[in-house]
Amino acid sequence: MQRQILRNKNKIALISGILIAVGFLSKWIQDNTDILTWSLIIASLFGVAPIAIQAYQALRVKVVSIDVLVTIAVIGAFIIRNYEEAAIVTFLFLFGAYLEQRTLNKTRSAIKELTEMAPESALRQMPNGEFEEVEVDEVDVGDILLVKTGAKIPVDGTVLYGEGSVNEASITGESLPVSKEKGSKVYAGTILDNGTIQISADRVGEDTTFGKIIELVEEAQDSKSEAERFIDRFSKYYTPAVLVLGFVVWLFSSNLELAITILVLGCPGALVIGVPVSNVAGIGNGARHGILLKGSEVISDFSSLDTMVFDKTGTLTVGNPSVAEREYYGDNIDEVLGYLASVERESDHPLAKAVLAEIGETTFSPVENTEVVKGGGVVATVDGHRIAVGNVALMEREGVEIDEKVKADIARCERNGNSLVLTAVDGELKVLMGIRDQLRPGVKEDLQRLKKLRVKNLIMLSGDNQGTVDVVSRELGLTEAHGNMLPEDKAAYIKHLIEEEGQIVAFVGDGVNDSPSLALAHIGIAMGSGTDVAIETSDVVLMNSDFGRLPHALGLAKAISRNMKQNIFIAVGVVLLLLAGVLFSDWVNMTIGMLVHEGSILLVILNGMRLLRYKLR
Amino acid sequence: MKKATLQLETLACPSCMQKIENAVKSLDGIDKDSVKVLFNSSKVKFDFDSEKLSVEAVERAINALGYEVEKSQVRAK
Repeated sequence: MQRQILRNKNKIALISGILIAVGFLSKWIQDNTDILTWSLIIASLFGVAPIAIQAYQALRVKVVSIDVLVTIAVIGAFIIRNYEEAAIVTFLFLFGAYLEQRTLNKTRSAIKELTEMAPESALRQMPNGEFEEVEVDEVDVGDILLVKTGAKIPVDGTVLYGEGSVNEASITGESLPVSKEKGSKVYAGTILDNGTIQISADRVGEDTTFGKIIELVEEAQDSKSEAERFIDRFSKYYTPAVLVLGFVVWLFSSNLELAITILVLGCPGALVIGVPVSNVAGIGNGARHGILLKGSEVISDFSSLDTMVFDKTGTLTVGNPSVAEREYYGDNIDEVLGYLASVERESDHPLAKAVLAEIGETTFSPVENTEVVKGGGVVATVDGHRIAVGNVALMEREGVEIDEKVKADIARCERNGNSLVLTAVDGELKVLMGIRDQLRPGVKEDLQRLKKLRVKNLIMLSGDNQGTVDVVSRELGLTEAHGNMLPEDKAAYIKHLIEEEGQIVAFVGDGVNDSPSLALAHIGIAMGSGTDVAIETSDVVLMNSDFGRLPHALGLAKAISRNMKQNIFIAVGVVLLLLAGVLFSDWVNMTIGMLVHEGSILLVILNGMRLLRYKLR
Repeated sequence: MKKATLQLETLACPSCMQKIENAVKSLDGIDKDSVKVLFNSSKVKFDFDSEKLSVEAVERAINALGYEVEKSQVRAK
């Protein structure tokens, strides 16, 4: 019976609404107050039933809920025979709850989309070798599964047979298909666009990357900031306090009407729902754009950020040094490049890799008498020629003549932040290459956007030499840049910013070398392409390590935080307004109180919903 | 100890959370500190002692408050 009533709450609201309408209509048409009174009584009895049941259930587990306040108020209204207010208040309360549920579902829609991408079934190999469809929960680690074209990959696994291309947008936010073959890793929740593969299950259920993302988002939505916990504590005592206040007013004034009005006015609806609504809509927006914000504490810190500190290599730059400038002197360059490649092929120096990549295909010759000159380069004999590959110091040691033109080229390359690799053949300078770690595409614009979002300091820390660091810093328009820093120096620097200068600091790094800094900063953002590490170590996760999402993430955090403040303002404002109304004027009664309350609840939900459409301008 | 996740019908009011939390915590065999009611995803997560309590008993307690349990999942901890 109780559950029947609760389940049909919406129908009850409808019936009670119709009864009220019929009652007033009959009064208006026939001037029949009897029908009006009876329809109002029936409407209130109908309407109060689900509310009273909820109130009783709440009291049983020692919670004074809003339902308790409303039920007592309605009973009070019956006692003073104000059936009109009793009927309208119950109707508004039920109708409001219905609208609340509808709109709340909208604010949750973005995250629902995400969880609905979870795989549900899998084709598992049975002992007889056949594949049979089973629920994804039944799959265990080590099972062999078949994935057909168009199907969702059910677990994290390794490809055993077959090949195909996979859309990994649900994990990385990147919808370009990734090709998979024997030995490739595949992830749950991603979709096999074409091909057929057999995989062995490595991780299942909540342990998969996708499972972790969902869990993280779900917990983030419900995580509470200090302010929210305060509101929670507050409302726990607030509702009983309103009850006591109503009772006291009744005792002293013997005005039951006033007492029950206070009960209705005191309902804390918009206050308890305002902040969670902003949170869920905002985090949902992020999830849709490949940004995971880990909870409202993170949002609150992130939105009031002073300083953003970046690691250079692999964060602001691509992380693969490549040849940016080259100059050739004299003839027979193809031959010289062959010698150079032959020497560099034997080195594992990162600059050597860049040189080889630049030269590409060439004829290699045997290398003899290789001598590594520390802090200089390499000298070796190739085809009977003495080849020297290295920096200016090495050339001077080798007695290579450097004329004015070359000097100018060297100066220009250094100014542009290049590391130099010079090549001399038999004491004659032939090739000059300037090698640079390229900036991530679009990084300059992204940093400009961050600046516009009022991040005061953009600081770069790097293990590279100060010269290179200065060049990158100038090019990007950073506030400060420090070179020659080891991971522990970076951590010490972050600590200094936080403790000595009292700043709120975010650190953006690669997630592996920089974990101390990531942990120390208020907000750690890992760019590592290993999704797992990035998810676990970061406070803000940028899927697929996409630097370009950083401005949106920051803008969103600020928008969420603003939205919460607006909602708190609306909620508190409404309560104050109503209280003032009841104390200093006579236009506030129970019905108006309930109407305004439900209105304010819808207002905060609608305000929160704006975050779903947030876009960085 | 086992770990359970119950998927409930959509929760609409934050006071529902408190009701459900108190009701689940009051059962014998529940690890009180582990009880988490997730409002937005409408889930209840908790650890419990499977010798003292079955997950069905928890479902009944939540049902008695008027909330449907749509799906429940129990895993070894």
